[in-house]
Amino acid sequence: MANAGLSLRLKATAPIALDLALDCAPGELLAIIGPSGAGKSTTLRAIAGLHHPESGHVICDGEAWLDTSRALDLPAHRRRVGLVFQDYALFPHMTALANVMAAMGHVLTAERAPRAAALLARVHLAGLEQRRPAELSGGQQQRVAVARALARDPAVLLLDEPFSAVDRATRRRLQVELANLRQGLAIPIILVTHDLDEAASLADRMLLLHRGRGLQTAPPAEMLARPASAEVARLLDLRNLFTGVILAHEDGLTRLRWGDQLLEAAPMPSLPPGTAVDWLIGAGGVVLHRRGRPSAGERENPVSGTIIALLPMGEEMRVTLDVGDPEGRQLTFALPRHAAQRNALAVGEACSVSLLRDALHVMPRP
Amino acid sequence: MDWPALRLSLWLGLGTVVILLPLALWLGRFLALRRFRGRGVVEAAVALPLVLPPTVLGFYLLAAFGAGTWFGGAFQALFGRTLAFSFEGLLLASAIANIPFAVQPIQNAFGAIPPNLREAAATSGMTPWAVFRRVELPLAWPGIATAIVLTFAHTLGEFGVVLMVGGAIPGETRTAAIAIYDRVQAFDDAAAASMSALLLVICLVALLLVQRLTRGIGRRRHG
Repeated sequence: MANAGLSLRLKATAPIALDLALDCAPGELLAIIGPSGAGKSTTLRAIAGLHHPESGHVICDGEAWLDTSRALDLPAHRRRVGLVFQDYALFPHMTALANVMAAMGHVLTAERAPRAAALLARVHLAGLEQRRPAELSGGQQQRVAVARALARDPAVLLLDEPFSAVDRATRRRLQVELANLRQGLAIPIILVTHDLDEAASLADRMLLLHRGRGLQTAPPAEMLARPASAEVARLLDLRNLFTGVILAHEDGLTRLRWGDQLLEAAPMPSLPPGTAVDWLIGAGGVVLHRRGRPSAGERENPVSGTIIALLPMGEEMRVTLDVGDPEGRQLTFALPRHAAQRNALAVGEACSVSLLRDALHVMPRP
Repeated sequence: MDWPALRLSLWLGLGTVVILLPLALWLGRFLALRRFRGRGVVEAAVALPLVLPPTVLGFYLLAAFGAGTWFGGAFQALFGRTLAFSFEGLLLASAIANIPFAVQPIQNAFGAIPPNLREAAATSGMTPWAVFRRVELPLAWPGIATAIVLTFAHTLGEFGVVLMVGGAIPGETRTAAIAIYDRVQAFDDAAAASMSALLLVICLVALLLVQRLTRGIGRRRHG
């Protein structure tokens, strides 16, 4: 159990199923992602003391807030958390300044107003101290909520979908502000979001939740390139997911059989030969063979198929191939539109590609 | 103008508010926030004085006040007189008759506070008492003010229960509403008219006062 930072383990079957563990170091931003109803907000509420799970523990900055084995469950007001609610939950009868001061019960009365004003300035709201929430824009309300969350000198900052209620331009701006703000914060930050791009751009690590279960915790790039299972890959909306059987581990590679084809993959020596596995080829791992002009790397997992769809999307062309997968799954990849034109790609034409070994990721089955 | 009757009415209204407000705050908030078995029954009981004929309510109260009941007997043993036909009895009857007028606006006001404001207050470090005082009370204030004024104004106008429980003893239980009835019975239209006009003005002023006190809570103040 870490002394600094946040460490938690939650287990419950009702009213909301939970089964997860997480650690978050001071200064680290951990994003909890997953579909609606996965238990993301519930996890956050359990940290804040607003939800009381059947069993588990929450330890923050060396202090136990929840430990069901010792019947310890501190009420919310005794846990030093800063929580930014999805709809901000500002006190409508108080000014922006009073909202921030409301979270300063631990500060000497005379120091509250100047400190609250300084916090509002830090979130770029200087001059708006006397406005009520109804007189502020959505983005400004969100900043007041962040300032109020920080006013308590929290031991952990919790953000519950803090960017979902504003327009796209404001969201971008607020995300940049958060990225700036966190540089000066030496506390764990937990961000709940259903937006994978948002999590990937802001978080140091992501925790994927599904039906209350923590499926994988990893840095964003790693989770996207090497999901722990086919279930994780599907939840991350990764394409090009197939099945195969491990043949051998040789020459620092893992060889597998896919239908009647042999493939070489990034090493996964923990899986014994004969194991049925899922595998996927990551984005950028599919390389088109140029017509009549063989190039280096063409011998790396060559796969040929028939083009069954061409879909222009922005600057890219999305190509779907029928590659004779035994389960009928298709291979999809994108390339620049000019490259598609140069290679005269057309529906019904044959097409061959290479699957780069390092991007070919093998996953055990549960 | 029957000044003693008017003074009695004002005292009765004030006393009813003072007795009822703490109870209504507790019960109204409880009913707004808690879900429990039998909540519907409690809510129906709270609303009962609204639909019950005042004479029926008065009859049961009178029966309960009698020296033969444990309640009436206990009061008599403690204070040496009966509750029936006394100002104290009137006050108690008035408080019971006004329960819906006090509880319902307060229950609605607490129920209208978004639950996450309470949670935000708690995660801001406020104790439950501070949450109540600094977040719930200010936001529920329009409903509380409405409850106070409704209770007060309704007490001034209460007739049936007052007549059943209190009779019309001058200086003890004869309220302004009953005095007006007496004046009309005695063909003293002038006195009835001036007292009626005064009660009308008091009630109107009270309602205007509520409007003024509760304006602009949590709303945009300008542009």
